[in-house]
Amino acid sequence: MTNWKVILSIARTHLLTKMKSTVTASLGVTFGIGAYITLVSFMTGLNHMLDDLVLNQTPHIHMYNEIEPSAAQPISLYEKFDGGLNKVHSIKPKQSQLKIHNALPILHYLKDQKNVKGATPQLRSQIFYLSGSIELGGNLVGVDIMEEVRLSNIQDNIIEGSPEALRNTENGILLGSGLAKKMSLNVGNRVQISTIKGTVFPLKIVGIYQSGIAEIDNVQSFANLKTVQRILGEPENYITDINIKLYDLAKAEPMARLLEKQFKIKATDINEANAQFETGSNIRNIITYAVSITLLIVAGFGIYNILSMLIYEKMKDIAILKATGFSGKDVQLIFMSQAMIIGVAGGVIGLIIGFIISRIIDNIPFETQALPTISTFPVNYNPGYYIIGIVFALISTFIAGYLPSNKARKIDPVRIIRGT
Amino acid sequence: MGTVLETKNINKHFKKPIDFHVLKDISFKVKDGEFASIMGKSGSGKSTLLYILSTMDTDYEGELFLNEELITGKPHKELSKIRSRHIGFVFQFHYLLSEFSVLENVMLPAKKLGSKTYQEIEHDAMEKLNMLNIGQLAKKRASRISGGEKQRVAIARALINNPDILMGDEPTGNLDSYNAENVFQIFKRLKEEEGLSLLVVTHDLDFAKRTDRIIEMEDGRILS
Repeated sequence: MTNWKVILSIARTHLLTKMKSTVTASLGVTFGIGAYITLVSFMTGLNHMLDDLVLNQTPHIHMYNEIEPSAAQPISLYEKFDGGLNKVHSIKPKQSQLKIHNALPILHYLKDQKNVKGATPQLRSQIFYLSGSIELGGNLVGVDIMEEVRLSNIQDNIIEGSPEALRNTENGILLGSGLAKKMSLNVGNRVQISTIKGTVFPLKIVGIYQSGIAEIDNVQSFANLKTVQRILGEPENYITDINIKLYDLAKAEPMARLLEKQFKIKATDINEANAQFETGSNIRNIITYAVSITLLIVAGFGIYNILSMLIYEKMKDIAILKATGFSGKDVQLIFMSQAMIIGVAGGVIGLIIGFIISRIIDNIPFETQALPTISTFPVNYNPGYYIIGIVFALISTFIAGYLPSNKARKIDPVRIIRGT
Repeated sequence: MGTVLETKNINKHFKKPIDFHVLKDISFKVKDGEFASIMGKSGSGKSTLLYILSTMDTDYEGELFLNEELITGKPHKELSKIRSRHIGFVFQFHYLLSEFSVLENVMLPAKKLGSKTYQEIEHDAMEKLNMLNIGQLAKKRASRISGGEKQRVAIARALINNPDILMGDEPTGNLDSYNAENVFQIFKRLKEEEGLSLLVVTHDLDFAKRTDRIIEMEDGRILS
C-alpha cells in the first residue's frame, strides 16, 4: 500500500525548504521548453511562409499541351524497315495546337471527381504591353477569377483593387506590379496591349498583382478568360492550361500520371515542378529538429544534475525514513514526485513563456518587398509543438528523476547511519 | 512471560575489504518488559548485532524471531512494515528530518503506517511529546532545538507506533551527563509504566549497571 498523502507532503516540504534548488531546477526545464517552443514556432512559421510563397503559386496538377517531337517517327511505322538501324536527322516538334483538346469536357469530368477540390481553366498568351512607342513583352493569363480566388492565394497577391472588380469589368486587367511601375500606371488607368498578330486592345487596370517573385511581376498580368479569348479571336473552348487543386496533396503524383494516359496530355504534379524546392525545405526541417532536440536534451541533463545533488544532500534523511519504516519504493516515490512536480511546473511555465515570446516575435514588424502579404514575422502556433514540449518535459524529468531516486531506493540505511 | 526478541546462531561476515567474521553464533533472548543492555568494546560487533536485530541489515546467517515469529528471509517490503509497527529505534545521533517541525517528525512513522487517522496521530504525538516534557517544542523546526531535546524527540518518534521493543544504539553517547541521566530515566519509566521492552547498546558502564541485564560482547561473541 502506498500512502500518497504522506509521500507528497514530504516531497512538498523538501521542495519548499530547498526553494533555491527547486527554482533552479524548474528554471532549467522552463528555459529548455520555452526556448524549444519559441524556436520551433518561429522556424516552422518561416518554413511555412517560404513553402507557401512558392507552392501556392503552383497548382497541385498542371495540365497543358507540351510542344515536343513525336515519340514515334513515321519510319518506325513502316514494316519494311523493321529491324534496320534507322536514323532521322533534324527532328522537328510535332505540329499541334496549344489549346487543350476537348478542354471543357475535361473540366467537367475533373469537377465531378471526388478528391478534386476544384479545376480552373487558364488561357496563357504572349502579348506586348504598349507604353507610347515602347513595347514590353509579357504574358496575359485569362482566368476564371472567382474560382482562382477560391482555390489559390491569388487574393493575397492583389495589392490594389479586388478580384470582384475584375469579374465586374469585362475589359479589366490585373497588372503585374513590376509592369505598373515600369509604365507608371495605376488603378483606374488604361493600358494598351497588343497580341502577337498585332491587334491592339485597350484594357482598364482594375488592380495590381504582386506575387513577390520579380520575374513574374515584371511580365504577367491577369484578365478574364472570355476577354483574352476575344482578344485572341478564339472561341470559348480555347483553353491552354488547366490547374487542378486536390484535397490531398499526396494524391497529386498518381493522379497526374492517370490524367496523362487518359487525355493524352502533359500533366505535371506539384512535386515534379518543385523538386529542388522540396530539398531545401527538408534540410530546413532537419535543422529545426536537430536544434530543438539538442535544446530538450540539454534541459534534461540540467534536471538530472540538480536532482542528483538534491538526493545526495538528503542521504541522511533517506536513511532515517527507511529506519522508521518507509520502504525503498516509498523513498523512490518521494524523490520521483519531486522530479515530476518540477517537471510539470517548469514545463507549463516553459510553454507559457514560449507562447509569450512567440507572440512578441509575431508582432515584430517584418516588411519586405518580396512578400506583400506579410507585415510581421510569421509564427506557427501549432498545438502539436506544445504537446511535444510538455510530454518531453515530463519524460525527461521522469528519467532524470528515476536514475538518482533509484539509487536512493537501494541505499542501505545501516551504512549511512554508521557512517561507513 | 513471553519472549519479544530471540536470535538463534546468528553469524555475520564483512566481505570487504577482507573476509572478517564479525558475529559468531549469537543466541539470546529478550523477554517481555525487560530492560537489557549490550556492552562491549568498540569493534566487538554490538552495533552490527543491533542493526541485524532491527531488521535493517539482512545480510547474515542464522534466525531472528520477533514475537516468536520468524523474521529472517522476509522480503524488504514486509520488513519495513514490521519495523514501523513493532520496533522503535533511537540512534546515537538524533537523525531528525531538519526541514520538518518536531511534531511532524514524530508523526511521520505513524502516517506511513496509516492505521490511524490524522487527528489520532496528532493527538498521540502530542501525548508522547508531553510525556517527555517537550510538548512546548511541537511547532518548532527540528533544526532549531538543543541536542538533548532532539534526542527526546527521537525517542518520541520511536514510540509513536507503540512498538513492542525499543532499540537504542548508544542513545546517550552524544549527550552530556545531565541529558544522559534524563534519557535513562525516560527509558526506565517506559519500562515500568508502559511495560516496554528495551534493548540498548552502550559504552556507559553506569548506564548499563542500572539495567535489568547486561549482555557483554567481545570479538563477536556473547560472554555473559
